[in-house]
Order: sequence, then structure tokens, then C-alpha cells
Amino acid sequence: MAKKTTIIPVGPYHPLQEEPEFFKLYVEGEKVVGLDIELGYNHRGVEKLSEGKDYEETIFLVERVCGICSTSHPIACVQAIEEAGDLEVPQRALYIRSLIGELERIHSHLLWLGLAGHFLGFNTVWMWAWRYREEVLNICEQVTGNRNHYGMLKPGGVRRDVPATEISAIRKMLDTLSSPLDLFRDTVAEDPLIQARTRGIGTLTPQQIRKFAAVGPTARASGVDIDVRRDHPHAAYGMVEWDVVLESRGDIFDKIMVRIGEMFQSVRIIRQCLSRLETEPGPIDSHPKEVKPGEGIGHYEAPRGEVFHYIRSDGSNRPVRHKIRAPSYMNVPTNREAVIGETIADATIILAAVDPCYCCTERMAAVLDPETDRVLISGKELLQRSRRKTAWLRSQLGHEGPDLKWDC
Amino acid sequence: MSKKNKFLSRSLFLFHLGGSACNNCDIEILDALTPKYDLERFGIIAVGSIRHADIILLSGIFNKKAAIRARRLYEQAPKPVIVLAIGGCACSGLIFRDSYNWDEPVGNYVPIDAYVAGCPPKPEAIIAAITQVIDKLQHPAPAGADR
Amino acid sequence: MTPSDVVMRIQSALGERLSDLHQPSEKRVYFEVDPNCIPDTARLLHDTLQARLQTAAGVDGPHQMEILYHWALDRLGLVVTVRTRVDRDQPQIASIAAICPAAEWIEREMWELLGISFEGHPDLRHLLLQDDWPHGKYPLRRDFRKD
Repeated sequence: MAKKTTIIPVGPYHPLQEEPEFFKLYVEGEKVVGLDIELGYNHRGVEKLSEGKDYEETIFLVERVCGICSTSHPIACVQAIEEAGDLEVPQRALYIRSLIGELERIHSHLLWLGLAGHFLGFNTVWMWAWRYREEVLNICEQVTGNRNHYGMLKPGGVRRDVPATEISAIRKMLDTLSSPLDLFRDTVAEDPLIQARTRGIGTLTPQQIRKFAAVGPTARASGVDIDVRRDHPHAAYGMVEWDVVLESRGDIFDKIMVRIGEMFQSVRIIRQCLSRLETEPGPIDSHPKEVKPGEGIGHYEAPRGEVFHYIRSDGSNRPVRHKIRAPSYMNVPTNREAVIGETIADATIILAAVDPCYCCTERMAAVLDPETDRVLISGKELLQRSRRKTAWLRSQLGHEGPDLKWDC
Repeated sequence: MSKKNKFLSRSLFLFHLGGSACNNCDIEILDALTPKYDLERFGIIAVGSIRHADIILLSGIFNKKAAIRARRLYEQAPKPVIVLAIGGCACSGLIFRDSYNWDEPVGNYVPIDAYVAGCPPKPEAIIAAITQVIDKLQHPAPAGADR
Repeated sequence: MTPSDVVMRIQSALGERLSDLHQPSEKRVYFEVDPNCIPDTARLLHDTLQARLQTAAGVDGPHQMEILYHWALDRLGLVVTVRTRVDRDQPQIASIAAICPAAEWIEREMWELLGISFEGHPDLRHLLLQDDWPHGKYPLRRDFRKD
């Protein structure tokens, strides 16, 4: 019998999906044979809005491009403005930028780890990871005044200083966080359930990474050694010691390990930034008066990969053109190859592995013939089949129950 | 208390409908369900289908592509249903109100029971809003008064 | 290989076709080529120099539209920006999606937001805007007005 391709619509709305996104999974039986991705449920036209805002307002706008990368976009954006307008940045401000950026990386990776656990049906991981994430958010609130959307960045420096009292509070938080991080590394990564569900699943080769120009942990899990923090040094990353976390197999397990490893590196960077902030006082803002005409590029290694901003200035107080490219834009297309040949049950974790955090209950509405789009089995017929099967199972198991109508 | 409201005020099933948000409100809603805030202690759990929803949380602006679907999803929800707009974007459009891909606040085509302002609102604010709505259902205003 | 080696290789490969090459800093290289030279430049950067396509962006101008292709050479910490100009009334350029598949979405986005048509693109349809977006209205053009 020739196999029929079935389309399973995934999305666009689901309570645990952070962003509305629509995936069409083409399946033959249990096997995924194709994927079509439809974007646009989240398009807000930020690039156009930015052209109507002055440079200070632009920072608040790009913060709201993504709530979970709400420091990464501003850091890339201020770097682009500083390059275009040839602005100075005091050294203390650079340390504060890295500090906030790394705090964000820790809470973002904990968020992903929790959601990955949830997608695998392992809700304990979700609850634990999000519990420890709160510790980081508390510190962010204490240092910046908000749990997310910190409003810390401005062209030429940062808005708020990190005084000594807060430095000790951050140190205390890092101390309490070290044992949960060890727990995640040792227990979670060696858990047989997680091993079984993630080893060898959704593998991406270095060639595929290069084909889609994927970035961030997605690329590093496949052994592609790129990290904007090291390759294009900015903020304080050239002035502190840390290592790029690299794995080689490119499956989901390696993507988990890269992210867990990066949290340890983030702790290392934060500790160094804190001791420099204690010993090196100075201004935190160069108070630029104008942005000279020119063009500039800013990029930053966000938790998900490289954030890219391009700013063109004509000497006025507004950008003439502001191009933003988020990391998921490059990473999401890799799903088109990663998901092929896997089962439907693994599709959710594969789609989530690049960290756009999609999760969906698969809902089958109707079975379509892929060539003619003709409905082969209607929703009604599916229901009848399901009821017939329930009745059959009952007779096999000897369970009693109400009579089911087959012709609904 | 009417019978309808009596049932609606207990163990609510929550459906989160994220629009074109920046994710922050969506994450704060999930945060409210996780151990520190634990909305589940009120018997509230998140469900995967709008057809099970007693309470809908809307977040973010709803752009042209999402707005039609938000309206359609609202129509699929069993009535009566409580609708909460979470965050400044769902309330008014906030920083995105001039966007070319956005027409009007979601409140213009989905009836909203309570607005929670903030960018993003803290989980405490979301919990306060939900408990206040439950309280209002259990102790409704006398007939004739505005709800 | 050093950044100056990269510049020399670009200069020797493109020769006369290259203009306005400048290096504002040791981490940035900008140069301009003719639109019909873009596939050759893409092959040179992607295949020969093993660069990674960061993104491409169109910039609307009064008479011409600029397209900027940003390529990163991560080992050297270098960003090479290739600039080209197309006619504003009939913006048309060859697609590089066959050379670098990562460009597929980037070109789809430029096509729908700026109206630049990419010849030889495998799948030129709406990416971000809804399918019934009015034809001929491009939001990132300067003369676009929201209704």
C-alpha cells in the first residue's frame, strides 16, 4: 500500500509556546518527512518604528524585540550607534554591560532547560529550573529595577551604576546558585530518561550549520567553533578569562550540555566583572552630545546566538536605517533538516532545541491528500475511528462503559 | 451567587493566548505557575486547548495576522469565559502602537474583563488580577450596578 | 590569513568591478560592486573565503535602493560589507540563495518589505506579512504611509 503523507498542523497558538508560530509537519505514519514554517504572527515592524525614534528611545524599543534577550539587543544596538557616531565608552560601563548580559544568559539558559524538560514530559526539571531562575531574576530586579527589560544601556555608557552593596548581593546569589548548577550538570545530564530522549535525536552536522549560517549554542553543539564574544571582542569580554563551550555530536543532548556549560562560564565572567567593578572606579557614561554621520555594525552573542544590528546615521538624532537580525532567524530554518526522518513524538523537542521554545500538542484536524488537498478523512470520521478503537480496546480489556455512537 | 458564576469561580482552567508579544509577559505568566508563585495552589492550571478554558490571558499586541485568529479563538472558547489583558501591549499597544502591522487594541474585538498594566507585569500582579476576578464572581455587585 | 590578506584576495578576484573600498577600522571592510556582480562576490566570500552570511538589508533612497550584504569571517573577527545599488522603480537583483541557502529567508523578507525582486529565488512568497497584504505597498520604503 502506498504511504499517504499526512499534514499535522502545529500551532500557531498554544499556552506553552512563547511565540505564535505555525509549523506544518508532513508525516508518513510516525515519521516526519517534511516541514514548512510560517512566520508573521509576531511581526511588529520594529525596524520601521525605530526610524521614527531618537537614539535614546531606540534602546527601549529594541529591548522589547525580545523579552528574554532584553539586554542582548540593546548591547548590539548601542555598539552599532557607537561605531556609527564614533562615541567613547568608559571602561566601567563595559564591565557593567557584560555583567548584565551574563546574568541574562544564566536566566535564559535556565528557562530553556526547564522548557526542554517540559517538552520531554519531564516536568520536574521545568519546575526546578524555573525555581532557581527566580534567584537570578531577583538579583536583576535589585540591580536594575525590573525583572526583565532592564533599561540599563544607553549610547556612550550605561544608565545605572552597580554599587558595592549590590556587588555583594550578586556574589551571594552566585554562591547559592552553584549547587543547583552542579545538580543540573550531574543529575539531569546523566538521567537515563533525558539520555534516551535526546541522544542522537535531531542531529545537525557542521555542513548543515554552515548551510543555514546557524549561530550560537546550536552551532557550538555541532562543533562549529564560533562565539561573537571571543571572535569579535566587545564589552568586557576581551578583558576577562573564559572559555568557549564546544561539543561535537550536534544532537539535542549536546545542545543541553553546551547551555549548561555556558552557565558555568557566565558565573566565571560575572565574578571577574564584579572584582574589577570593586577595584576600578570611574564614570559610567561619556554623555555624548551628538552622533556623527556614518554607519555602524554591532553584534553581540545573545543566549541564542549572534544578534546583529546595523545603524546608519545622517548626523540627526534618529537613525536613517536600523536593521535588526535576531539569532532565531538563522537557527529556525535548521529545523527543516533536523526534524526529517524523526518521529512525531520527538518533533517538539527538536523544534525547541534551537531555543525558540515552541511546544504544541499535535492536533489532527483532517487528513489531506498532499497532491490535491482533498480531504481523505474528515474530522468526523477521525472521531468515529477513535470511538471504534475505544470500543475494541474495551472488549479486549473487559471494561464496561457507556455505549458510544459511531455515527456522530 | 448565580450557579454559572459559582462554577466559574473554582479551579479555573487557564489558557494563555500570546499575541505578537516580546515573550516577557508570556514568561511571567508561566512564572506565575512555577514553584515560587505557584498559581496552581488556587486550583488553576494551564490547559492546551481553548475549548477547555475558563480564563484566557492575552499578552502582546495582536498584529494583523494574529488579530483574526485571536477573535476566532475567543469564539471557540466555552462561555462564560473570563478574559484578562496582560501587559501594556495587550492593554493599549504601548511602544508598538504606531506599527504598520497593527490596527487596534485587542480589547476592541475581544471583550476584556480586567486589564493588568506593566511591562511586563510582575507575577504578583497577574495573581492579584486573577484572584480579584474570582472574588468578583463569588461576590457580584447587586443587580443594576455595573460589573 | 590576516584582514589585509582578505582585502587583497577580494581586490585581485574582483579587480575593476570593485569600487569604494574602505576600512573604517581593522574589524570592518566596506566595498561596492555592480548588482550583476553579486553572485560572483557571494561565491568568493562564501565558498572561497568560507565567510558566514550574517544578514543582508535593503536601504531605501530617493532614486536608488542600496542592498548591503554583511559577511563575517569569524576567525579574523572581520565583517565584510558588500554594497550594491539597484534602480528604485524596478529593483531587481540575482538571488544568492542557491550559493548560500541561509539567504533564502533574508531575500524573502527584503522582497516583501522593500519590493526588491530576486531572480532565481526558489520560493518567493510572503514570510512576515499576511498573504493578502496589498500588492505594491512596501512598509520599509520611505513613502509608505499607514492607512
